[in-house]
Amino acid sequence: MSSHHEHQVLNRKIFTLPFIFLAALVLIAFYILAERMIFGLGAVTNLNDGYPWGIWIVYDVVIGTGFATGGWVLAMVVYIANKGKYHPLVRPALLASLFGYSLGAFSAFIDMGRYWNVYNMVLPGQININSVMLEVGLCVTAYTMILVLEFAPAVLERFKIPRLSQLLDKWLFVIIGIGVLLPTMHQSSIGSLLISAGHKVDPLWQSLSLQPFFALITAIAMGFSIVIFEASMVTVGFKRPSETHLLKGLGRLIIYLLGVYLLVRFGDLVLRGELGRAFAGDLRGNMFLLETLLFVIPLVILLSPGRRSSGAQLLIAAVSLLLAGALYRANAFMIGWHPGGGYIYFPSAKEVLLSLGFVAIEIAGYLAIVKFLPVLPKADHA
Amino acid sequence: MKRRDFLKAAGTGALVASSATTVSARENLPVPEDAVGMLYDATLCIGCRACVVKCKEINGAPPETVEGEEHWDMAQELSADTLTIIQAFNADTGPDIPNLADGTFSFSKRQCMHCVDPGCVTVCPVSAMQKHPTTGIVSHDPDVCIGCRYCVLACPYNVPKYEYDETFGQIQKCQLCNQPGVERIDNGQITGCTEVCPTGANIFGPRKELLAEAKRRAELKEGDTYTYPLQSIDSTYRYETQVKADYQQHIFGEKEGGGTQVLVVAGTPITNLGLPELPERSYAANSETVQHTIYGGMLAPAGLLAGLLYLARRNTKGDDKDE
Repeated sequence: MSSHHEHQVLNRKIFTLPFIFLAALVLIAFYILAERMIFGLGAVTNLNDGYPWGIWIVYDVVIGTGFATGGWVLAMVVYIANKGKYHPLVRPALLASLFGYSLGAFSAFIDMGRYWNVYNMVLPGQININSVMLEVGLCVTAYTMILVLEFAPAVLERFKIPRLSQLLDKWLFVIIGIGVLLPTMHQSSIGSLLISAGHKVDPLWQSLSLQPFFALITAIAMGFSIVIFEASMVTVGFKRPSETHLLKGLGRLIIYLLGVYLLVRFGDLVLRGELGRAFAGDLRGNMFLLETLLFVIPLVILLSPGRRSSGAQLLIAAVSLLLAGALYRANAFMIGWHPGGGYIYFPSAKEVLLSLGFVAIEIAGYLAIVKFLPVLPKADHA
Repeated sequence: MKRRDFLKAAGTGALVASSATTVSARENLPVPEDAVGMLYDATLCIGCRACVVKCKEINGAPPETVEGEEHWDMAQELSADTLTIIQAFNADTGPDIPNLADGTFSFSKRQCMHCVDPGCVTVCPVSAMQKHPTTGIVSHDPDVCIGCRYCVLACPYNVPKYEYDETFGQIQKCQLCNQPGVERIDNGQITGCTEVCPTGANIFGPRKELLAEAKRRAELKEGDTYTYPLQSIDSTYRYETQVKADYQQHIFGEKEGGGTQVLVVAGTPITNLGLPELPERSYAANSETVQHTIYGGMLAPAGLLAGLLYLARRNTKGDDKDE
């Protein structure tokens, strides 16, 4: 974040074949968005009165911001726990987080049935401080702005605006402090959103007062995993030196997180007497087992120091954990959701295409920006 | 930064954070003093759906059709155009198709239950859902609603409905005929659905009196003679008839989810009538307890932020020295 002249602009072609393919997906998404705005939510989504939240919320916001926690966890490690050696990973992670959060916030906005009233979320006379949604909404919005400030040094460096850089540097600790606090708040609250749904969330995922804890700890684990994932992709995709020597340390941190998570998760199910549901052989029980397996695989891989030092094994562990965190959220919000009344939901093709388009924006944007701004660590540095 | 400093700062944060966790659990809200409501008696309902028609008339909602032009409202479920509905349930097994021939069915009236401690009010980020402090009527204001549909998610009865087929859809729910432009309760009238009910299956009144009436009916046995009021609990229109079935001792809404202002009695298990089994503690109370334990007075976040700022300042300064 502060200017160390340790980053470089990747001097490569922007309009590659993958970039053009991604751009096509983005165009389709915007066409669907126009349809939603003109004809309403029902015209493009399969949302209904039993499933008010579809994949635009569960994938784009709940899971998407979980994938966007890299900037947050690295800020914790580098600036709070003072592990400076991870500094080269920070700026690329911030860029990915900025994309993930902006698009998550945008998705939440276009999913709102009455988006033109959204300003009420900031009117002191109108807000409801009992609402978990208020906390999530304000906090995600504020953090997105913080991410802009945290990423700003890359822009200021590129366009050589030293006076603004100095000002930002001076206040950097405030930006970082708030930038660590806000995701701690809203990532836990994303879990709390479900407490008020009571019996509509399957007992395998309705952990009531533990909801914020599970959401927070899995979000941190996803943050470390996404950093490992992105760094591996950059290494392979751009044929750059490996960063495994840095990543294996993150792998070690994941062990502790997963250990605590699994212990409390199963302890809670046993104490509530609901563990039997996991072995019922039905869809929900099996999805729980799959989710658990995806959490256990990275734990097994990372427990061995040998495997932890292998870039490929680290990547497998990270991908498994990302899928685990995503499935935990999908299960809690959607697959384990039973509203009663015979309601069913499966996302429409247009819902999927719009979400895919947003993923395409993230990847294409990332690919373009690292070739335009100093984001990636200098090759000799790594 | 040294390990000692880290622990010191972390400890300060934790101390402030733990002082906030002593916030006591948020109990269920009390029943408002002048809470109004309705009592639905499934043993009296003949399924004529006069209430459904009157409700649509008051709310200007069109009849629902299945295919093209039909001469009758085909509404099967509550929707944004159907704020109350009469459904027939298999009285023994619940959701299965009822057998109308052998009489093992019961009607059920569904609409907003006007919870004593409503989840929709707790979760609404912009206070579009409100519970009236004296009447307890749960109202909705579309002019501030952002359409996030968290109320739909949080309602244990799946009552609030969003108009997905409209470009500028809104949330619809029963507001006990007291919504702006209707205001029947404020004007001393009763709800449309109770006004037109020909058998007194659905009556209006103060919740206190309706609950007392429900308890009296719970004592009745099949074949007893009883005088039922029409329209409202204090009505002068009353008729004497034989009780059709032994009443269940369970009065739905007395305690469910912290209680509701719409009460239901029946001669068959009420949870077979499309109503969920709910704990006595409201979901709203659970949610607010967790939220206020973490955010009470914003003490914990402030404490955490103080610790974070201290550490971030130390560590970013250290960065400069390295260079």
